[in-house]
Amino acid sequence: MAQTLEIIQKQKDSEQWDEPYLVNMGPQHPATHGVLRLFLELDGETIVRCDPRIGYLHRGVEKLSEHRTYSQAMVLTDRLDYIASAANNVGYCLAVEKLMGLEVPRRAQIIRVIVCEMARIASHLLWLATHALDIGAMTVFLYCFRDREWLLDIFEEICGARLTVSYPRIGGVRLDFNQKIIDELYRFTEEFPHRIPEYETLIDVNRIWLKRTKGVGVISGEEAVNLGLTGPSLRGSGVRYDLRRARPYLIYDELDFEVAVEFEGDVYSRYRVRMKEMREANKIIRQCLDKLAECEGEPVIAEDAPDLVIPYGKIKRPEPALHPKRGYLVKGVEVPIVPEGEVYFAIEAPKGELGYYIVSDGTGHPWRVRIRAPSFVHISALPALSEGQMVADIIAVIGSVDIVLGECDR
Amino acid sequence: MIDFLRLYDTANHFLLKYLGLSVFKSLVLVGITLLHVAYTTYAERKIIGHMQQRLGPNRVGPRGLLQPIADVLKLITKEDIIPSCVDSPVVFKLAPFISLVAGATSLAVIPIWEHFVVTNVNMALLVVLAMSSLSSFGVILAGWASNSRYSFLGGLRASAQVISYEIAMALALVGVMMLAGSMNLIEIVKAQIESPFKIYAIPQIIGFFVFMVAAIAETNRTPFDLPEAESELVAGYFVEYSGIRFALFYLAEYFGMIVMSMLAVVCFLGGWYGPFEVPGVPMFWFLLKLYFLIFFYIWVRATLPRYRYDQLMGLGWKVLIPLALLNIVITGLIKVLA
Amino acid sequence: MDAVERLQEKFASEIVSVGESAGQTYIIVKREKIFNILKFLHDSGELLFDHLADLTAVDWYQKKTPRFEVVYNLYSIRYKQFLRIKAQVPEEDPRITSVSSIWKVANWFEREVYDMFGIVFEGHPDLRRLLMPEDWEGFPLRKDYPLFLEPEKEWSGFKELKEKARRLAPYDWYQRVPGEPLPGQVKEEVSQEGEGHGTNA
Repeated sequence: MAQTLEIIQKQKDSEQWDEPYLVNMGPQHPATHGVLRLFLELDGETIVRCDPRIGYLHRGVEKLSEHRTYSQAMVLTDRLDYIASAANNVGYCLAVEKLMGLEVPRRAQIIRVIVCEMARIASHLLWLATHALDIGAMTVFLYCFRDREWLLDIFEEICGARLTVSYPRIGGVRLDFNQKIIDELYRFTEEFPHRIPEYETLIDVNRIWLKRTKGVGVISGEEAVNLGLTGPSLRGSGVRYDLRRARPYLIYDELDFEVAVEFEGDVYSRYRVRMKEMREANKIIRQCLDKLAECEGEPVIAEDAPDLVIPYGKIKRPEPALHPKRGYLVKGVEVPIVPEGEVYFAIEAPKGELGYYIVSDGTGHPWRVRIRAPSFVHISALPALSEGQMVADIIAVIGSVDIVLGECDR
Repeated sequence: MIDFLRLYDTANHFLLKYLGLSVFKSLVLVGITLLHVAYTTYAERKIIGHMQQRLGPNRVGPRGLLQPIADVLKLITKEDIIPSCVDSPVVFKLAPFISLVAGATSLAVIPIWEHFVVTNVNMALLVVLAMSSLSSFGVILAGWASNSRYSFLGGLRASAQVISYEIAMALALVGVMMLAGSMNLIEIVKAQIESPFKIYAIPQIIGFFVFMVAAIAETNRTPFDLPEAESELVAGYFVEYSGIRFALFYLAEYFGMIVMSMLAVVCFLGGWYGPFEVPGVPMFWFLLKLYFLIFFYIWVRATLPRYRYDQLMGLGWKVLIPLALLNIVITGLIKVLA
Repeated sequence: MDAVERLQEKFASEIVSVGESAGQTYIIVKREKIFNILKFLHDSGELLFDHLADLTAVDWYQKKTPRFEVVYNLYSIRYKQFLRIKAQVPEEDPRITSVSSIWKVANWFEREVYDMFGIVFEGHPDLRRLLMPEDWEGFPLRKDYPLFLEPEKEWSGFKELKEKARRLAPYDWYQRVPGEPLPGQVKEEVSQEGEGHGTNA
């Protein structure tokens, strides 16, 4: 990789060098996972320079959050990583709860772990599907979607939404699991470990797949940390950094699971890490279901949760006619919900470290909500991962770091 | 003095007897092949659909059987857009025709049955090879004329790929020529039946393998569909095409696939001969073998990912061509010793 | 805390204050030697803050005197330590040294902060707008930037787009008449009762 770049540099210095061949990949392109735009300078098929341009999905979530109450801003987090929206919600709620010093009931914590891990499996399945499709394996794509569909159906049963769930609440979760959901989750956890080998037989023994992924987009552990890679992309380079173990939140310290690590640092090892993680996530869901049975009937939301209490007085607009059923809104009390302070809270989202830095000025509105999105960082690392490689490799690399543009642009 | 009357008579006779027959045969052949192409797309979608646990087309007609016709109608009635920035509108318009015509011309020399070949030429094998390399010109010209970065890369890839895989394919066919001692395809089929194994796929197993791989590459299908690699180059050389011209490229690809399968049937699988004769349908075995090979193409597409450009080149030059050369040596030895 | 002590003895004159919020320690420092402080935290073997978890800014518009704070959330993967450094940046001279030579990840974080707050990072290799278009005016995440812009202040690109849409309207599939629904679109029956937030409970 470095050698190729050196040769190209020499050619550049010599006089035969013509202007580079520029290719503008995206924002509409089948393999850029949304609206990523890559500005590529090519020499033949080799990438000399890669300049990602983002912002095509910029909706100003951080700005909008400042103009909403804490509960209202949670809905915006759904739209970040819309593949695993439950994890975003949980991360946001945990950050706000930490700022408020709110204790969440145990049952709610277990349920949150379950939805987080479901989101992880769903996200990894979609990742595998699109990654395989990018490399050209079409069948894996549909196999993965089949199983993801099952998970989305369970999400629908849990909260009525499939993608943007908005299921957790500050102080707990919205609804308790019913028996049907628990039965379905048991069935899923029973069946899913047998589904993973199905994908692996299509991929792992395939020489073309191995050729396309092994030794491509290699990055050392030290370099990966410096580039800010987190999550599976970092663990593929041999760094054992998983927030579920490093800074345990919810009930992860009680659970028995392994942190998946691979040491090669290439596209293939990142793929192996995610496959392992799916198995571990399945194990976690299974354990949580058993734990859920122990605290049957306990509340799922804290009593002093500020949920749905929208301080209407703060919002500068004519007060709407209130729905009688939402009587408690009538009070319209200006509650200084969150005490002054600031917190950085990160969770291990499916794509990596998803951090929320929330600054409160002691009112009902956040003063500043900053979202540290893993996809943002991973896209910023793309030039380092792809320069000196082939055009086809950048597709594999984009796939391997797992990006979602909704999260990147925010 | 030239006897004009006699010349006229001869010409008339020739036209009526040979050319008329040829035109008739060509029309039948093209008609049948077009139908095959249409339903190959249907079969492809249906078979891949079932391999991927989905249904495939099932809305137009019973079991979606009219889907290809609906597709053709849609593509014909669509607007034929020529982007304002194309390099050369004439070449841009012409490219799909070159591709299709070159692909379809090969059909003329391939015998479907002993008595059904449009023109029985002695150099049939060479004609097929020449035509298949000509059809890549359409691809290159399309990539060039579109004046688009993706198309250009696709065109470049196509030219490199076709050149290197054609060598492998031609070398694989040399073994067949040596065994049969002829380049006439009918002769080749007859020679196969007289050979001890009845088909050349067994003594020429290496050649058959090389030929099949090279044929997939030659027709730009997965895992060698780099010129149109969807995830990298969007659609490669035909990214700027729409409507009927897009359809022509599609047709050319499927024509190429059918021609290559037919060539494989004729050269390696014993043509129209089978274990027993099916009364009334002399082409039964030919079609059966053809369908199997087409199914093979589809099956490969559903299973394999795509090669990278340099790996594809490496496979062609470092594996397939040496294998084909080895095959020639072995065949020669057998020929000398036997 | 170890890191705080080390910093206090090494950069005593730079530290404005040390505090704690929600169980997380933060140190407010002056901006002049921020590069040296962070370089020290990154390089020293006993602290080894090798993971720059986040870099952002906060606008304390009309709340605090140095208007901006650039916030560095650091984490040490080996020692599992978390530390937040906040550097004060005044409004009249929004400038601070770039740390993208220490952490490569800071490159884009700093570009984003520049894009959103207008804080210039000196020594940054490639300080361009990141999320907003290059010809955007103003810095959206500043508190004095409104949530909705007035139509005349809108971005020129958006104005052009609207102009183009108006120009191409005659070629549209349907002729749009204001107030009338498009063909195929069902005109919504607006009942008197249904207006507002519903009174039919």
